[in-house]
Amino acid sequence: MENLERILTEHPFLTGMDKKHIQTLVGCASNVAFKEGEFIFKEGSDADSFYFIRHGRVQIETHVPQKGAIVIRSREAGEILGWSWLVPPYKWHFDARAVELTRAIVLDGKCLRDKCEDDHDLGYEIMKRFNLIIAERLEQTRFQLMDVYGKNAK
Amino acid sequence: MNNESKSVIERKDFQALFDALSAEGYKISGPTVRDNAVIYDEIGSAEELPIGWTDHQEGGSYRLTKSKKKTLFGFILGPYTWKKLLYPPEKKIWEAQKSDRSFEIVEAESKPIKQAFVGVRPCELKAIGIQDKILRDGQHSDPEYGALRRNLFIVAVNCTNPGNNCFCVSMNSGPGVSDGFDLALTEMFNGKDHYFVIEAGSRAGKKILEKIPHRPAKPEELEQAEKAVERAASKMGRSLDMKGLKEILHNNFDSHYWGEIAKRCLTCGNCTMVCPTCFCCNIEDTTNLGGDRAERRRYWDTCYSVDFSYIHGGSIRSTDYSRYRQWLMHKIAYWQDQFGTPGCVGCGRCITWCPVGIDITEEAGAIREKA
Amino acid sequence: MAKMQNKSKTSDISLIDPMLVQAYTIQRVVRETFDTFSLELEPQSGGGEFKFAPGQFNMLYVYGVGEVPISISGDPSKEKPLIHTTRAVGTVTKAMKNLKVGDTIGIRGPYGSSWPVKEAEGYDVVIVAGGIGLAPLRPVIYYLLQHRNKYGRIVLLYGTRTPEDMLYRKQLEKWRSRFDLETYLTVDRATGSWRGNVGVVTTLIGRAPFDPLHSVAVVCGPEIMMRYTVLELLKRGVDEEKTYISMERNMKCGIGLCGHCQLGSSFVCKDGPVYRYDNIKHAFTMWEM
Repeated sequence: MENLERILTEHPFLTGMDKKHIQTLVGCASNVAFKEGEFIFKEGSDADSFYFIRHGRVQIETHVPQKGAIVIRSREAGEILGWSWLVPPYKWHFDARAVELTRAIVLDGKCLRDKCEDDHDLGYEIMKRFNLIIAERLEQTRFQLMDVYGKNAK
Repeated sequence: MNNESKSVIERKDFQALFDALSAEGYKISGPTVRDNAVIYDEIGSAEELPIGWTDHQEGGSYRLTKSKKKTLFGFILGPYTWKKLLYPPEKKIWEAQKSDRSFEIVEAESKPIKQAFVGVRPCELKAIGIQDKILRDGQHSDPEYGALRRNLFIVAVNCTNPGNNCFCVSMNSGPGVSDGFDLALTEMFNGKDHYFVIEAGSRAGKKILEKIPHRPAKPEELEQAEKAVERAASKMGRSLDMKGLKEILHNNFDSHYWGEIAKRCLTCGNCTMVCPTCFCCNIEDTTNLGGDRAERRRYWDTCYSVDFSYIHGGSIRSTDYSRYRQWLMHKIAYWQDQFGTPGCVGCGRCITWCPVGIDITEEAGAIREKA
Repeated sequence: MAKMQNKSKTSDISLIDPMLVQAYTIQRVVRETFDTFSLELEPQSGGGEFKFAPGQFNMLYVYGVGEVPISISGDPSKEKPLIHTTRAVGTVTKAMKNLKVGDTIGIRGPYGSSWPVKEAEGYDVVIVAGGIGLAPLRPVIYYLLQHRNKYGRIVLLYGTRTPEDMLYRKQLEKWRSRFDLETYLTVDRATGSWRGNVGVVTTLIGRAPFDPLHSVAVVCGPEIMMRYTVLELLKRGVDEEKTYISMERNMKCGIGLCGHCQLGSSFVCKDGPVYRYDNIKHAFTMWEM
């Protein structure tokens, strides 16, 4: 547990967060590992967690019949994976799959949601940080949609 | 200006100027009447000048009228500018002859002819100076332009009768000349006497003047000539307040008013063709039908065409308003940043020859007011 | 007076028309991707050595078809061959694509401004390329690696549409295996067996290993890509005055005389294509300038 606390305290995502709140997070955290090719979560299933990726690489995909998996984004060490646990109805919208051996700290989102309801200060700190992540991903997705390279470029 | 150096040529002796220039080997170009307009072309004698002609100009309107005065330079300005003779509208640059899998370039012949321009208005002289900065004095230059300029003899004519679209006073380019000429004239006509106060501005000018019958100017003649130019300064048809205008335009790049102008602008490019400072050109490569001979030509171009700014995928300036804005911003603002002077000399041609009479002084003023 | 100052304004003007082209022979054609290719050229007349600074461009003439500006993408320390990488999109580049080894191309240049390799000495260098934007940046990479001890960390961030659109793949692999160059690749769309990064090139900036307060950034790609990239670099803390971009506009003469490439108060062919960001940022959001 001490190890988890150290890792979370040092993680840029949580910079500036109260020790008290970090300890709450540690209470919901555990280590996890995924083998190459293993699904971390699947589209439509309950989104009750999020991940601090510590090692490896993850692809966010969606499966199109006859075409197979379409990769939308990749996530790698240092990044946060998953925000659907914060948005009702708490279902994953895409698949996440480890491209290689991936180690992460998983946080129990269900547990954290309840704690945020009890302690709005904690909730605000969490929301602030995920707000950034969601906004950034929206921007990047818009950029990606513009398809700026090559013949399709307008 | 040194008044002692000024002389007088009588009207009856004016042909001697042409004779002296011809004798020195100059090909003489000057104003002459053709197709109901005063244009610039090669002329052989003073009789081909627009004797007794004057013009009336308004926004989008030009009318040539016969005057009772037998003046040689009684008109304001025609649609042509001298750039036609220094930087031609179309020019072959080179030819290429195909040989097996290569080609050989043959540079187009260009003889740096000796030219004399007779009847260069002060605003036009300023415009030639502006084009010098761009085409001759920059990091890269057009060699033919440089050669033509080097061999050019300029007979400037001060303005005593500006038109409705003139605003050279605002642009500090007239109505009198101060330098940059070989000879400068002020035409004086009072029904009885018809003479020219003349001043040499260069060694070449002095040499020509020596060959023309002339006498020292009398003090009253000088005074009258000076007064005539002063009066012209007070008779400007328009004005353009340049104070802080560059910054105002820079700050109003996104003004909705550009769109208002664009409702009238036909983006025909007339204003760029008649502008004495506009220098944009296109480079075109072609082949003959057999494919064994290719050539490169340069043409005057206009920033009003959609193709002007085309890069693969589309044009940078695809809207009408952006192209009018580009022209006006360039003339007044960007030009100052690039060349240390506005690209406008206040000749008013763009106002006269705009088919819908869009007026640069009015539009720049409107941007200032709305700012 | 010992020395007469020649005041004639025109005396120093060359009479050689700057529109004349030099004939070069195509030595090699390299198909880089399905729509891009590189031409390796050598002068026919033996000619003088061709010197250029990283970031400069040439005007390339295809006999009877026309002329286009293309950045130089070879090694600036080598006199030969002269290398250009381009995409077949317009009349001229499509005709160029059909040329074969032994055919002739006309060259004028080099023109324009260059990447700040001198100014960057002592700093980390972040190279951000999008799509074919790697071509004008490759001479910088050659240069930096040849003068490796003068720079801090060197990071190459390269994004393309798909893995198949990546230029210079073999070279990228070599660069990736170097210890003194950090190469990160990403694609907008993963295809085939791609297992690397998926996401726009800006996603690489936040986690690339460089010291933003002590870095020079050079960026080249489509204009939109450069806008987003610069925002991300500034967010990370890179100085505007240490960020450089390369602009593209319609160039006809290449020497600031024809007016086609005007961008506000500058001509891209002469004052650019490489600009320091703080000098051009006003034009970045002046649409249709």
